[in-house]
Amino acid sequence: MSTTAALEIATLEQAQEMGLTPEEFDHISQILGRTPNFTEMCVYSVMWSEHCSYKNSIKWLKTLPKDGPHMLVKAGEENAGLVDIGDGLACAFKIESHNHPSAIEPYQGAATGVGGINRDIFTMGARPIAQLNSLRFGSLDHPRTKWLLEGVVKGIGDYGNAFGIPVVGGEVFFDESYQVNPLVNAMSAGIMKSDQMISATAAGPGNPVYIVGSATGKDGIQGASFASKDITEDSANDLPSVQVGDPFQEKLLLEATLELGNTDAVVGMQDMGAAGITCSTSEMSAAGEVGMDIQLDKVPLRQDDMKPFEILLSESQERMLVVVEKGKEQIVEDIFEKWDLNAENIGVVTDTGIIRYYMHDELVSEIPAESLVLGGGAPIYEREYKEPAYFAEGQKFTIDQVEEPKDVVIVARQMLSNPNIASKKWVAEQYDSMVGTANMGTNRPSDAAVVNIKGTNKAISLTVDCNARYVNNDPEKGTMIAVAEAARNIVCSGGEPSAITNCLNFGNPYNPEVYWQFVGAIKGMSAACERFKTPVTGGNVSFYNQTAKEDGSASPVFPTPTIGMLGVLKDKSTHTTLDFKYKGDLIFLMGESQNDINSSEYLASIHGIKHSPAPHFDMEEEVAIQNCVKALIKENFINAAHDISDGGLFVAMLEMGLPNGLGFDIVSDSEVRKDAFLFGESQSRVILTVTEDYEEQFLDLVGEHNVPVTLLGHVTQGKVVVDDDHFGFVKDLRGLYENTLGDIMSK
Amino acid sequence: MKFGVVVFPGSNCDEDMVYVLQDILGQEVERLWHKERDLKGADFIVLPGGFSYGDYLRSGAIARFSPIMEDVIAHANKGGYLIGVCNGFQVLTEANLVPGALLHNTNRKFICQNTFLLPQSATALPTKGLDPKVPLKIPIAHGEGNYFADDQTLMEMDDNDQVLFRYCNEAGKINEDTNPNGSVENIAGVMNKNGNVFGMMPHPERASDLDLGNTDGRQIFESILTGLLEKA
Repeated sequence: MSTTAALEIATLEQAQEMGLTPEEFDHISQILGRTPNFTEMCVYSVMWSEHCSYKNSIKWLKTLPKDGPHMLVKAGEENAGLVDIGDGLACAFKIESHNHPSAIEPYQGAATGVGGINRDIFTMGARPIAQLNSLRFGSLDHPRTKWLLEGVVKGIGDYGNAFGIPVVGGEVFFDESYQVNPLVNAMSAGIMKSDQMISATAAGPGNPVYIVGSATGKDGIQGASFASKDITEDSANDLPSVQVGDPFQEKLLLEATLELGNTDAVVGMQDMGAAGITCSTSEMSAAGEVGMDIQLDKVPLRQDDMKPFEILLSESQERMLVVVEKGKEQIVEDIFEKWDLNAENIGVVTDTGIIRYYMHDELVSEIPAESLVLGGGAPIYEREYKEPAYFAEGQKFTIDQVEEPKDVVIVARQMLSNPNIASKKWVAEQYDSMVGTANMGTNRPSDAAVVNIKGTNKAISLTVDCNARYVNNDPEKGTMIAVAEAARNIVCSGGEPSAITNCLNFGNPYNPEVYWQFVGAIKGMSAACERFKTPVTGGNVSFYNQTAKEDGSASPVFPTPTIGMLGVLKDKSTHTTLDFKYKGDLIFLMGESQNDINSSEYLASIHGIKHSPAPHFDMEEEVAIQNCVKALIKENFINAAHDISDGGLFVAMLEMGLPNGLGFDIVSDSEVRKDAFLFGESQSRVILTVTEDYEEQFLDLVGEHNVPVTLLGHVTQGKVVVDDDHFGFVKDLRGLYENTLGDIMSK
Repeated sequence: MKFGVVVFPGSNCDEDMVYVLQDILGQEVERLWHKERDLKGADFIVLPGGFSYGDYLRSGAIARFSPIMEDVIAHANKGGYLIGVCNGFQVLTEANLVPGALLHNTNRKFICQNTFLLPQSATALPTKGLDPKVPLKIPIAHGEGNYFADDQTLMEMDDNDQVLFRYCNEAGKINEDTNPNGSVENIAGVMNKNGNVFGMMPHPERASDLDLGNTDGRQIFESILTGLLEKA
């Protein structure tokens, strides 16, 4: 295509091919007062894609609680949320999906997901100090799942390890619903001085606009549109839509960017993620209510025959757009020269509010910035929703429908060798979890990751949580549980929950039953975040996670609203760990045992029943228990705390025993079935260990909080005993628990 | 005594090393930029971990040709002290400053975990202050840490007491089961014949801060500092 072709009037067919609807195409013509040319149509197609515009989700996202006493930057205002953590410091943190690229090219898909989320953090001026990830795959019986898992883990590892930021936590979950469409959600958290934030806003007509970092190539063109449609058997044809990552360039860009942040040369900066130059120029301009004139021929390119639309839509990684204060260009150029990176002046800020792209002085696109962006002219849709039949059906389930197993010892062993329960060591050890020398969990494991803030008395606590089976069975309650569990993990680690970021992975929003799941999840998240005073600081929405089948139907993934939570330990000495410390310590259950196996891994994997109500959950019970755990930690009355989640009480206790090779001897509750006692996943329960000397003070304090507590038994030298039934020794069970995943992967 | 920590593009353990030497051990430290040719008066040079120049050719292969390395090599050849950790060790083997080579881990995967090391050399600066019977818990984090040297070299290294550490378990047992990456004879660290250049894959700087619940690595630095004082 010549430049002339770039100027040719776009047709409706072209627009539809690029994902725009006829109504949207008409609307564009109305905005411009003319039919767009081909280049302009391309620009709208990516900016109005689901991925960039949030057109099918924004109505509901706006209902989430966004404000809190510690919020410095609220959701949607900048690249990531920013939370005041005291001492003049702030934490920028965010989670994002890279599902579609990972489905067809797991290695690069996952790697560039890691790169993108870290750029969101350091473009604000914060140095990333910790990463987490939340991964979901289909059944491991399938060879393709192994290929995906292997590739995703290697992609995350190779990128993050070289970039040099530790992976401090995460989750991996397997279910058939993710068979074709895995979920790869990456989270990063960074620390900065509160008053040194770099804004993603353009200002000051006459100020030069720079592109810095890597050169622009043909990779990832239209990645945003690719991420906004269903995965089909033809998706592999979209391979050029997947970007290629270079962690070495990212590391240089990080250092150069932070060095730049310490100067007074920067007016604003935004990383180039989805929709590359198009998105960064239009969003920064719209945020500052200005325009830009951009010379596309000045952009450093990898190939010399790139067309205007290719340069505009390229999602080549490791690039940033920087608006520099006029007269301070040399400062910027010197810093990027030092780090051997490109820094090219490609344009200027104008007072027109119009984005103009030029190729060799010829105007190829002229669009009002505001018309392109979320909160401006981008469309907003209301989608209809309808309760699916499976929901009411699942609510009918009762525990009496399944027979109690005769031999719980056998069930316990099956549970430990279930990939959803077994140790994820095979995954975790491929990530550098210690670089930066701040991960306090390496030698002292706790429910949430705890990361030291060197030079202060503080630490931050981070976790990602979502049990998607609960959410599938009851979107509203399941999402409340996801938030509650995240908060519980932070509290059990000695922290105070502060704020959340979310990654909302759902099916096709045009499917009313999928949208019903989405609406329920938002309602549940709102309720829980209000109650825990953890505002939503941002994140992303990933729709179209489903597999289109040959007969035209589609099966969505489990609705998966992943919650990434930040907590603060004002005094890092309150860091509380989950491991049994001493033989003879008393083991208490805080919270009540319920005759409840709803939505548990036990019910799904041992009995094959997928639909049942969400597990027992009561918000006020949960809050009371968390407050009591906080008080116990403050008084230093407990030796260990671990919440009961996937796999139930038995798995939780074994996880406590493994670090030091200690076992437990406990009695069950005669009021509930033994399978429910051991493997049920009813919420708001925590296992605590207490030295005998502190028993009285412990019970007094618990009494003041009026929460239920039961003495279950004591820590043993290594034997695992429940009601006098011998379950084996911890050192034997360790093999089962720790080797399962590695054994499957090496088969 | 002044330490100089070299910063290559792609180094990512440089600041961790500076933190331990300066903030925890109270030593004077200079950062040495790869493009410069100035050791800033440092007596003891440290090549930190990371992925120098992206490690795209072979770990450490490009870093040895950077401008600062000419001065670092000259410093070592004059008998000046030099230690490389992880990627720094890889650079030292590429520059032939210590014997042997570092290959891909036998499982072909990156491995990050705590390992145990048994100090070997009675004469080397980093180990002579350590109890040879007490294993140290020091983490590894590498994809290419599988140490290899031919039999002749191994014999010479034994004769000259050049092996610094071998991987072992918590009880100090050295065998195949306690070898995380396939290193020949469980070797985790070595020195040159002159006893002034040291290389090790495990990261002592990651086991030196009380806040992280493990200070075994600090003993290695303290052995070095005590040894230097004795020589002074």
